[in-house]
Amino acid sequence: MLGKKVRSRAIFIFLVLTSLILTAYILFKSLEENVVYFLSPTEIYEKQEIHFDKKIRIGGMVKKNTIKHSAESINFIITDFKNEIYVIYSGSIPNLFAEEKGVVAEGFLKDKNYFLADKILAKHDENYMPPEVNEALMKESKQ
Amino acid sequence: MFKIINPNNLFGTSNKIRKVLFFLFIILIVAGLLEALWFSPKDYIQNHAVRIMYVHVPSAWISLGTFLAIGVLSIFSFIFKNKNFLIISKCLASSGFMFNIVALVTGSIWGKPTWGTWWAWDARITAMLLLGIFYLMYILSWQVFEKEETKQKVSTIIAILGIVNVPIIKFSVDWWSTLHQSSSVNILSESTIHSSMIVPLVIMMVAFVIFSAVIFLMKYNSEIIKLKNKGLDRL
Repeated sequence: MLGKKVRSRAIFIFLVLTSLILTAYILFKSLEENVVYFLSPTEIYEKQEIHFDKKIRIGGMVKKNTIKHSAESINFIITDFKNEIYVIYSGSIPNLFAEEKGVVAEGFLKDKNYFLADKILAKHDENYMPPEVNEALMKESKQ
Repeated sequence: MFKIINPNNLFGTSNKIRKVLFFLFIILIVAGLLEALWFSPKDYIQNHAVRIMYVHVPSAWISLGTFLAIGVLSIFSFIFKNKNFLIISKCLASSGFMFNIVALVTGSIWGKPTWGTWWAWDARITAMLLLGIFYLMYILSWQVFEKEETKQKVSTIIAILGIVNVPIIKFSVDWWSTLHQSSSVNILSESTIHSSMIVPLVIMMVAFVIFSAVIFLMKYNSEIIKLKNKGLDRL
């Protein structure tokens, strides 16, 4: 059906695309650490070498009933339901920052369970619904 | 094989189609904006900020889809030596680029009140910026070179390099941990967006697609006129 030249060009472009995808894959695999925006508490826990003088981001859920405001700072626990990290932060917090919601903290690890943040970002999840629907869902889950 | 999209066939009809499409676009954008800004509910967490999504998400989809089309058409034009595919690609680029910028800007406006930052170098956002750079290079490649052949070659190379970025953007939120949320509208799995919010999203999506089509037909028309003036009525 296809001419010889057409077929050889098709094969050529297929090889070009395959090698481009392969290159991209290898590139991103080796850069993985820089591509991820934040690390979870478990990833921190399992990490072999940690640079305590390097700024990093950690992310997870704000654990329920752990947000404590004091005069100069706000403390809370970031959890991924396996491991936890205690976070201390002073500064302004985004509107969506709340318990049991996603959060990303930027700053320095003091040790594997203790994080000094200098920036807090709220992470919004993929759930979109009107307030009434959420209320109905909450009621349902309580029953 | 590709007779249907022969420029000489499209040329006669596109003027009329364009007017009808533009009329449709006006109706849909009015309905879509009313639905998005007025009738649709606010979100349980984001409040009214959710309304930005009705512009942001269709823009992002279209800019991705348009580049995919440019890439695929460029590959096809290389395989089948069909110049018309290249002209179609060239005419698609500007509206795709515009929607790319709209997606980045509206995302930034949404990010400040929800995340607490205008910009984050996470995989999704960075890859989207990269798509914008590819668009810009693609458009420039048609402008800066003198010889028609060089223009075609360079733009094809840019399109093929850029098309690799398209699936990276789409799946970045699944492959890596990103600040950007993963997708709420899914075909294979259940969507995590309430049906009352799907309505304005779909209307806006259709409106933007039609807008892209109108811009495309205008550009394509003028390309064909340019070609005819050169005395080349066959591609």
